[in-house]
Amino acid sequence: MTNDIFVVIEHLRGSVSDITYIMLAAAHDLVKETGGRVIGILLGNDAQGLISNLAADEVIYVDHPALSDFSSDGYQRTLSNLISEHQPRVAFFGNTTIGADIASVISARLGLQLINSCQKITSINGRVISVCQICGGKIMVEVELPDENTLITMIPGGYKSEEGQSDSPPKINTVSPPELDDLRTSLIQYIEPEEEDIDIANEPILISVGRGIQTEDNIELAEELAELMDGVLCASRPIVDQGWLPTSRMVGKSGKRVKAKLYLALGISGAPEHVEGITDCETIIAINTDPSAPIFDIAKYGAEVDLLDLVEELIDLVEEAKG
Amino acid sequence: MNIVVVFKMVPDLVEELSIDKGGKNLDRSWLRLIINEFDDHAIEQAILLKEQIGAHVTVVSYDIDGVDDVLFTAAAKEADRLIKLPGDFKGGVNNHTLARCIKKTIKELQPDLILTGVQGNDDLDGSLGPLLAENLGLPYVGYVSGVQFSENNAIVKKEFPGGLIANMSVNLPAVLGIQASESPPRYVAVSKVRQAMKTASIEEGEPVELEPSSGPNIVRMYQPEVAQRATMIEGDEEEIAIKLIEIFQELGVL
Repeated sequence: MTNDIFVVIEHLRGSVSDITYIMLAAAHDLVKETGGRVIGILLGNDAQGLISNLAADEVIYVDHPALSDFSSDGYQRTLSNLISEHQPRVAFFGNTTIGADIASVISARLGLQLINSCQKITSINGRVISVCQICGGKIMVEVELPDENTLITMIPGGYKSEEGQSDSPPKINTVSPPELDDLRTSLIQYIEPEEEDIDIANEPILISVGRGIQTEDNIELAEELAELMDGVLCASRPIVDQGWLPTSRMVGKSGKRVKAKLYLALGISGAPEHVEGITDCETIIAINTDPSAPIFDIAKYGAEVDLLDLVEELIDLVEEAKG
Repeated sequence: MNIVVVFKMVPDLVEELSIDKGGKNLDRSWLRLIINEFDDHAIEQAILLKEQIGAHVTVVSYDIDGVDDVLFTAAAKEADRLIKLPGDFKGGVNNHTLARCIKKTIKELQPDLILTGVQGNDDLDGSLGPLLAENLGLPYVGYVSGVQFSENNAIVKKEFPGGLIANMSVNLPAVLGIQASESPPRYVAVSKVRQAMKTASIEEGEPVELEPSSGPNIVRMYQPEVAQRATMIEGDEEEIAIKLIEIFQELGVL
């Protein structure tokens, strides 16, 4: 085993994902404890241009047409080979639609431990600890890094992406790909998100509904409030899964990241997948009947009250205030 | 088409969670377990495929509190076969161990497609779907929200951030991690579940011995202490609404 730390660089359609920089920041925290170098692993096709601002000592680059878009099979095979060959102390993956498809497979294939949903690397009494989050953010777990080749999947929240960026590009080391002609999974095509006249990512006033809204009929009430406030209605995942609002209105990990001036979260518990999309909002106000809902941990203001009663009151008062 | 759905029981996050005396595990004495919500979507997706193309659906889990009700609920939704792995799962089981334990039972069912939820809320050692796939030597695609078939392949919708969807081709047999079923999990009346309890039966899978203390070395488990919690607005809905209007005006959004 070496002391080097691998970071699997995640990119989608020509841009590096935020989680990559977060992982690089974590890797730099880790090498303070363990020594070794931070090595980015880039799989792609004609993708060298992506590395310029990565805070890494070196980037190992595997170039192949079959890697131009994400294929779980192609990534697993290439990364398994690299990891068993180089034996890094730790390999970081995003706990994302890319990393989570491959990290567990590689763990089972190579017989390596996997620590999931790490938010922060720290050291306690000389032991290197991964601080992980489970149960929708309600429970934190400190896991000791074993003294062997380990895989970690990373979630946002512990590092800023700027901490993983650098002005001096890393040196690049191009290596040849494994046999990739017979992949069992492959991209057919991307389906673009439905274009709407409204892009919630750019809206200053967002009224957002979650499971606490209970029924489809109640959506109308929230919509009425949003319209009155010249805002836009958006939602957490369960509401979109129910088909009550279109995907274009979904906030969070597989939806949009929003940066509203006011984000009014109605009946949203604040699972990490949702919180990921709202950390750039200026003022978050959370309404929830569950006092232990994690949304209150990131909101500026909160109230424990039935949201339907409150929304009705708000509609009356906003109408009044607007004359 | 032979479909196997594997589901886990996970902590109900609506209930208050607490840590046991050892400080390294959830206190399981009062812990209420429910079906992992993504697994519920996996069951729904399998039932939708049964309706569309006549698939045979087997639902598999392991012996733990509440699991029989979930299995009978699946039967009430027209799942064809119910299997429960016997074993001492009371203290919880990590995904690496579960994948190894459940592998033999699944293999014997000779599935064309294995569905499971893309993640569970208590996953600390990776997710079950990809671990199962690798144990069975099958391909895996996760974050799936739609499934169709074309010859020996599944054509699946895989979600990426920002609402982007990728149509992926996957060789069958395969394991899919379901993010969302094509329509939301259906509701079944309690009377129908009761009826299923009388007519359906739960078969026992291969008995398993759980290996002790494998998996991540947990040093401490705790509830997060938050540095800066929201300023809570007290009062009834009217008082809260008045205060919120003031805040909206301060922010300049009203």
